[in-house]
Amino acid sequence: MRSILVALAAAGALFASSVAQAGTLQDVQANGFLKCGTHIENPGFSALDSNGQRFGFDVDFCRAVGAAVNTPEIKYTPLTSKERLPALQSGEIDLLSRTTTYTMSRDANLGLDFTNITLFDGQGMMVRKSSGIKSAKELDGATICLQTGSTTELNISDYFRKNGMSFTPVVFDKQPDVRAAYDAGRCDVHTTDVSGLAAQRSLMEKPEEHVILPELISKEPLGPVVRHGDNQWGDIVRWTVWLTMAAEEFDITAENVEKMYEESTDPEVQRMLGKTGTLWQDLGLDQGAPVRVLKTVGNYGQIFDRNLGPSTPLRLERGPNAQWNKGGLIYAPPFR
Amino acid sequence: MTDHSAPPRVPFWRSPTGRAWAFQAVMLGSFLWLAVSMYRNTLENLKTRGISSGFGFLHSEAGFRIGEVTGIPLPQGGFLYFLISLALGLALSRMLTRHMKARTNAPLNTKWFGLCLLLSIGIPAATLFLFRNSVEIAHYTESSSYVMALATGLANTLKVAVIGCVASTFLGLFIALGRLSPNWLLSSLCRWYVELNRNLPVLMQLFFWYFVVFQELPGVKQSIDLGGWLILNKRGLFLPALVPHQGAWLFCGAIVAALCGCWLVLRRAKQLRDDTGEAGKRLVPCLLLLIGLPGLAWLLGGTPFGLEFPVLKGFNYKGGTGLTPEFTALVVGLTVYVSAFNAEIIRSGIEAVSRGQREAARALAMNERQVMRIVILPQAMRVIVPPMTSEYLAIAKNSSLAVAIGYPEFVSVGGTILNQSGQAVEIVGIWMGVYLCISLCISFAMNVYNARIALVER
Repeated sequence: MRSILVALAAAGALFASSVAQAGTLQDVQANGFLKCGTHIENPGFSALDSNGQRFGFDVDFCRAVGAAVNTPEIKYTPLTSKERLPALQSGEIDLLSRTTTYTMSRDANLGLDFTNITLFDGQGMMVRKSSGIKSAKELDGATICLQTGSTTELNISDYFRKNGMSFTPVVFDKQPDVRAAYDAGRCDVHTTDVSGLAAQRSLMEKPEEHVILPELISKEPLGPVVRHGDNQWGDIVRWTVWLTMAAEEFDITAENVEKMYEESTDPEVQRMLGKTGTLWQDLGLDQGAPVRVLKTVGNYGQIFDRNLGPSTPLRLERGPNAQWNKGGLIYAPPFR
Repeated sequence: MTDHSAPPRVPFWRSPTGRAWAFQAVMLGSFLWLAVSMYRNTLENLKTRGISSGFGFLHSEAGFRIGEVTGIPLPQGGFLYFLISLALGLALSRMLTRHMKARTNAPLNTKWFGLCLLLSIGIPAATLFLFRNSVEIAHYTESSSYVMALATGLANTLKVAVIGCVASTFLGLFIALGRLSPNWLLSSLCRWYVELNRNLPVLMQLFFWYFVVFQELPGVKQSIDLGGWLILNKRGLFLPALVPHQGAWLFCGAIVAALCGCWLVLRRAKQLRDDTGEAGKRLVPCLLLLIGLPGLAWLLGGTPFGLEFPVLKGFNYKGGTGLTPEFTALVVGLTVYVSAFNAEIIRSGIEAVSRGQREAARALAMNERQVMRIVILPQAMRVIVPPMTSEYLAIAKNSSLAVAIGYPEFVSVGGTILNQSGQAVEIVGIWMGVYLCISLCISFAMNVYNARIALVER
């Protein structure tokens, strides 16, 4: 019922008569806070700590954008996957940073713009170790728990159809319910993006009893999404994220960014950090924006390690999310 | 020439009726204006935000799987003819009885009755024979369209709603009678049942049944197995399935026809008793119809059904039929919750019948059961039916809570489509329209029933 209400509210916002559309940047700065849509609970990506503060990989990009536009206060809207796109379309949030897969139909039909890809992920499957299953090819006839309203449902159907296998889906509205049902033994398989599986595994009763199968059945490029049509806002989000990626490449961290600003002689670092040139002013920001961003969240590697890396309960390797010069896909365009 | 008897003309803004009409017109006008401007704003906003709109997307391939698929009979070909002929047969025989009664003003004579029986059974039987095996039942697959996906979700919702309404009514009746019982233990148990279930939120009860009760059952490998006839585990309840063979439709049709025949026989017996006081034959013709027609169909069409037993294969039991924990938890949860309200409604209805009625019935030497069945309940129905309608509406609407426990009903399937197509406005519109239709249908049916049982004052 609640999800109906939220969807209704989101659709209802479209009924309201058209507001004069100022730029999102001006709106955010006038309000004094950034409205960021994110998960309800997905450890590593967006969850509450014991002080009630949001933290996580997706949250850090909200904070980075907040720092860039100099509005450190951020209002988080926890959304289910069903609610997230209408919330952005209707203007309830300014930025959606919630493991949303970049797909052509979403980009083309929905009045949305995808910015950067912050995580190269893929859909995986988790089973109990005791089942003895080693490959997804052995899953014919399995019962699979998954969350409604995402590319997950399509990918898993496609994979089983392609391999001539059958399965029974049990579909829930919220990730915690999927986990509870899988943990209780209702399903043989729990499927979602590998990063999400790792997050859910860390919350299970006995995480060590579950394994993620080696097959990835889809590409899941995840990243922040903005409304279509406000190019300035899209550029701000895009270059803020690229800034964190480039900073890792140039070994700029949250700790040394001020020192690098003063001392670096690399002309690209000087332009990137706003010491020379007008790159950031051209975006509509102030000169101090890049240093603020990096001081707040650190570089991409720091964000990854802090939330998802091997030392966290999620234990994810960098894999395709390493820098381009280290065999990965993380690649920021030149600051020039 | 002026007409002096007419009252002086009052300007319309000073006459009450004139003002009432004016206000109504203003209200209607502003409502229409609101509706039109909402519609136009929506379209405009969708356009400025670059969101594609319209219902065209409903015809594209769904591509996702639904866990529980209720087959939808497509009303075409033989099935449609069968329904039409059944209605035709019944209507014809009804017309005949009316005609007969008006002309002779006497109870139906046997010749006419035989003709009626022949018409109402013969016509559908003949159609069925001509068009056998042409009924199509559509099953949703991944390559079906969004429309089929929504229809399947709706079928799942209706399945829950219908079972829930019937079960909660009977359970409510028993609880109500238990509460009214002079037995202290029984009545206080029933009171506790009502208080407990009425005061706990329904969503919590669903979670309780699904995550606490049904997930505590043994796993697949440790299933409770009664010789293959009944298997119970975390994945649900598995039973042998009836597999239709060649003659199945003929057989089912024969049963329907036999039931129609029985209904006619009973009606005639009742009329005979009302008109002449002698009891008409009921048992023998009914039994003959019920055994004879299906038996004949069996002989003509061959064995109608076979049995398929569930067997453990790979991950789970395959074959057979059964109930999933999601479906069971939803039906049990809603039934238990609503039955508590129903029990109170029925109890208040029974208590509203005046004591004199009961005493009079007792004075006629009726026993306690007869008093309840013949005197009290029919009168109580007048009090019971209107509030019961809203409980039935509550079941239909609360079934959408199934999203939380993984049952693929209308809202759940719609939610998946919403997320895949992004057409929020259209899907929410469909949700609202369909639930409105369901609610109106329930209200309409209950109002018709209410009008039939209402006290007729002569």
